[in-house]
Amino acid sequence: MTLTTTEGAAVDFDAAPDRYKHWRLDLDGEIATVNLLVDEAGGLVPGYQLKMNSYDLGVDIELYDIVQRLRFEHPEVRSVVMTGGLERMFCAGANIRMLAQSSHAWKVNFCKFTNETRNGIEDATQNSGQTWIAALNGTAAGGGYELALACDQIVLVDDGSSTVSLPEVPLLGVLPGTGGLTRVVDKRHVRKDRADLFATKSEGYRGATAVEWGLIDETVPRARFDEVVRGRAQAAAANSRRPRQATGVVLTPLARTEDRDSISYSHVTARIDRDARRVDITVQAPAERPPADAAAVLALGVDYWPLAVTRQLDDLILRLRTNEHLIGTWVLRTAGDSGTVLAYDEQLAELADDWFVNEVRHYFKRTLKRLDVSSRSLIAVIEPGSCFAGLLLELALAADRQYMLAGVYEDVDPDAEPATIVVAASNDGAYPMGNGLSRLESRFWGHGDGLAAVRAELGKPLDAEAADRFGLVTVALDDIDFADELRIVLEERASLSPDALTGMEANHRFVGPETIETKIFGRLTAWQNWIFIRPNASGPDGALRRFGTGQRGDYDLNRV
Amino acid sequence: MSIDPRTGPAPAPTGPLSTIDYSERIPNNVNLAEDRRLQRALEGWQPKFLDWWKTLGPALPTKDVYLRTAIAVGRDGWAHFDHVPMEEYRWGIFLAERDPDRVVNFGKHKGAPAWQEVPGEHRADLLRLIVIQGDTEPASVEQQRILGETAPSIYDLRNLFQVNVEEGRHLWAMVYLLHAYFGREGREEAEQLLKRNSGDVDAPRILGAFNEETTDWLQFFMFTYFTDRDGKYQLGTLKESAFDPLARTCEFMLKEEAHHMFVGTTGVQRTVERTAELMKEHGTADILPYGGIPLAVIQKYLNFQYSVSLDLFGSEQSTNAGNYYTSGVKGRWQETRRKDDHVLLDDTREMRLVEDGRIVTKTVPMLSALNLDLRDEYVADCANGVRRWNQALEDAGLDERLTLPHEGFNRKVGVYAGHHVSPDGEVLDEAAWQASEGEWLPTAEDRQAVAALMVPEYEYGKFAGWIAPPQTGINDQPVEFDYVHLAEEGLV
Repeated sequence: MTLTTTEGAAVDFDAAPDRYKHWRLDLDGEIATVNLLVDEAGGLVPGYQLKMNSYDLGVDIELYDIVQRLRFEHPEVRSVVMTGGLERMFCAGANIRMLAQSSHAWKVNFCKFTNETRNGIEDATQNSGQTWIAALNGTAAGGGYELALACDQIVLVDDGSSTVSLPEVPLLGVLPGTGGLTRVVDKRHVRKDRADLFATKSEGYRGATAVEWGLIDETVPRARFDEVVRGRAQAAAANSRRPRQATGVVLTPLARTEDRDSISYSHVTARIDRDARRVDITVQAPAERPPADAAAVLALGVDYWPLAVTRQLDDLILRLRTNEHLIGTWVLRTAGDSGTVLAYDEQLAELADDWFVNEVRHYFKRTLKRLDVSSRSLIAVIEPGSCFAGLLLELALAADRQYMLAGVYEDVDPDAEPATIVVAASNDGAYPMGNGLSRLESRFWGHGDGLAAVRAELGKPLDAEAADRFGLVTVALDDIDFADELRIVLEERASLSPDALTGMEANHRFVGPETIETKIFGRLTAWQNWIFIRPNASGPDGALRRFGTGQRGDYDLNRV
Repeated sequence: MSIDPRTGPAPAPTGPLSTIDYSERIPNNVNLAEDRRLQRALEGWQPKFLDWWKTLGPALPTKDVYLRTAIAVGRDGWAHFDHVPMEEYRWGIFLAERDPDRVVNFGKHKGAPAWQEVPGEHRADLLRLIVIQGDTEPASVEQQRILGETAPSIYDLRNLFQVNVEEGRHLWAMVYLLHAYFGREGREEAEQLLKRNSGDVDAPRILGAFNEETTDWLQFFMFTYFTDRDGKYQLGTLKESAFDPLARTCEFMLKEEAHHMFVGTTGVQRTVERTAELMKEHGTADILPYGGIPLAVIQKYLNFQYSVSLDLFGSEQSTNAGNYYTSGVKGRWQETRRKDDHVLLDDTREMRLVEDGRIVTKTVPMLSALNLDLRDEYVADCANGVRRWNQALEDAGLDERLTLPHEGFNRKVGVYAGHHVSPDGEVLDEAAWQASEGEWLPTAEDRQAVAALMVPEYEYGKFAGWIAPPQTGINDQPVEFDYVHLAEEGLV
């Protein structure tokens, strides 16, 4: 079964400014203004109206597109103001009727994507020199306030009635699931008793209290609102390291061919085996060596292999995650020349200070993070002809298990070169996970000597025996065992409880320190997903289902 | 293969068969020559097996033994008899013919084609079952290692060795499955099968009964009758497996197992015949002074071996057994002849257990009680042999009879574990049990007395005084045939 919108169409993540229904992007030199004005009738799925600037997945897909385009297409933009196009209401958050009518899987996937987009906004502020400022021209409720929380600064209009609020607990019997609870205490450092008051008071707080408690940075009367926001935007822009004279890279539409069981791009292919509930994903190394310098890299733009392959992977992950719920195992392979991959790897490090290369690096980082939080079993298969080196090795390190063929397939291609993997400097910090550690550090968490041993091998091709010895692969088997072992492993995986696997994988993938991100995808999301399936929220008398009927939720009063 | 002028060639096969290729280092009918993986695995394992055989196989040195070797797996003509030095016995891999139309006959996959590969979902279960079955095969060889030194006749010695080599082949059969279908993990398990040893404190065999010492020939006969019969029933359930290679392996093993049953049945029978003869001759049950084994001691040996063999069936109620059945991994005895839906979701049965000092009956879901189902089949089969033995007593004009003890007697596994039940089915307290245990189970004195009678008789055609000769020899040979040629040092 493909999870689809009720029209039967799979969800598409292709967005473009000329097709935005819900947002308006105004560019004014170094300051961009992102204006939310949701088309009430423009929901992705029939059955609800997006009133009061409430959003659904379709609204968020456009927001994601905006965040990406600002980073790649607009090097001149140094701060971004997010505001609303309605009077007195900035944004009412996720649409409740949409949530109430959605399947559990849909809600979970929706929250995951919106969380990733909020994290992307923070990433733009931190790593792109594009500071996001929330200009709340009216009330920001629930997911609306959570959008603001993702921004670096929050300014709320002081009109005597506009508030910020997280009404999910008191009104809906669920959590603010897009990082609200986490960011209030962890990012904005609101005292926990005040956070408790805030998250249980459905109408929220007006500007003065909100400022005092730290929920927002400033509250300004309507007359001075634009001026203050602009002042903040200009100040932020002044601190940005983005280049003054640069040409952006237009994110042209992705070339993608699809049929029922495959999705292909120029560097990434995915073949679905529906009976086995598995998809075989192959990432292709570039054919050409990297271009000479930053100017040549920029000239290639979207065709620069690291960006092209990242866009394709990103799109594939989103499509598989949203549209292919039954495909529980993703098998990751690479194909091509490791040397060429490593040449790009080195270039990405050398030109890291270039604004465009910087964007590519962070985009690849975010895409890997998407993989980390995908509720699918990830199995890397390392065979002759593969190129798990440097940045592509990250795919193997992100996987739950790594199966490496020792030697070659004697019956298929006895003259092939046995596979090797190469750990590069980039694996040691360029693409951190949500926990702030590299995947290499995460793999060797608590084993400093193992990590040190691998660090001594940076840049060297490691064959199966060495990869196994250094603890970089789960098993290394020769061709006599490999195919059968892999088949059995994949079948066995497919037979286990999908829910238990999701939980297990999420636990194993994130070792070490907690960060806002790991808390959001772990603590907040796990509790939210539990609450979502409880009758108190989603039962016929639950608060979520009863919202808007004039009746409140009828709760089972047992604490669990 | 040479044809012994005294025995002639093997009978021409008449049933469907696939010929075993003896030109290979490892005889087989699984196309080993073309399976590189299997070849490498088995050729690596073979020397370890031979080492094990030399170290822990039969201790009595022999030149050669008149052994049966499988040459084809069809209904007839699958065996060839010849004198073979035991270490040169052609252990190999023989599966029953494949039925291309075979389907799963029970459980949730009922009606689907039988599995030709291990489904990942059931790998762990299948691996465990095969390892447990495989572990019992070499165990009995180890247990019976020194029996040759006290063989009551050359005829019996040959039967012991035949049982031993066939247990060795059954180990090969299980190792084949491990190597062919379970990759590296399978190879590791296959090695472990040789590393665990019967009675070894550090690395014992998996099942308790296979760590018990085989002290004497009466126990050997009891073992082949009762404990090997458990093996037969376990194989019978695996023969139904949806995993076709396992089913075909076990089907052929069952044919070989029949010989072990024969050794046990006739061994006990001949002991009982001799006992009856001596009882009549001397007009007393106490025939020990006349070189016979008293019937009471035979009964105690029976009680012991029967009860420990019942333990091998596991708990009467078992979630594992139910899961194995539902998933198609392991069926019931004679599954296809059963007249029910072969899914059993709604079926129940009666089960006895001890409650408040009494044996009571309760109704339990059938799926939860499949171990008991199999055990019931086994118990009924065991009763047949006892009837035969009692016929010998009746023929001798004696009133004494052998009986199978109650199912709860001397049990360490299942619902009777932790309770004391007399052979008649009376629930006893600890004191009552202690007072009578020696009347029901062999005491150290009983075993010593039997052991004292175990003197070797290596003259062709002669038999020790405690056992009667058989009616006929092996493969239509005379009883006095030279079934075993002992090595010089064996004769000393």
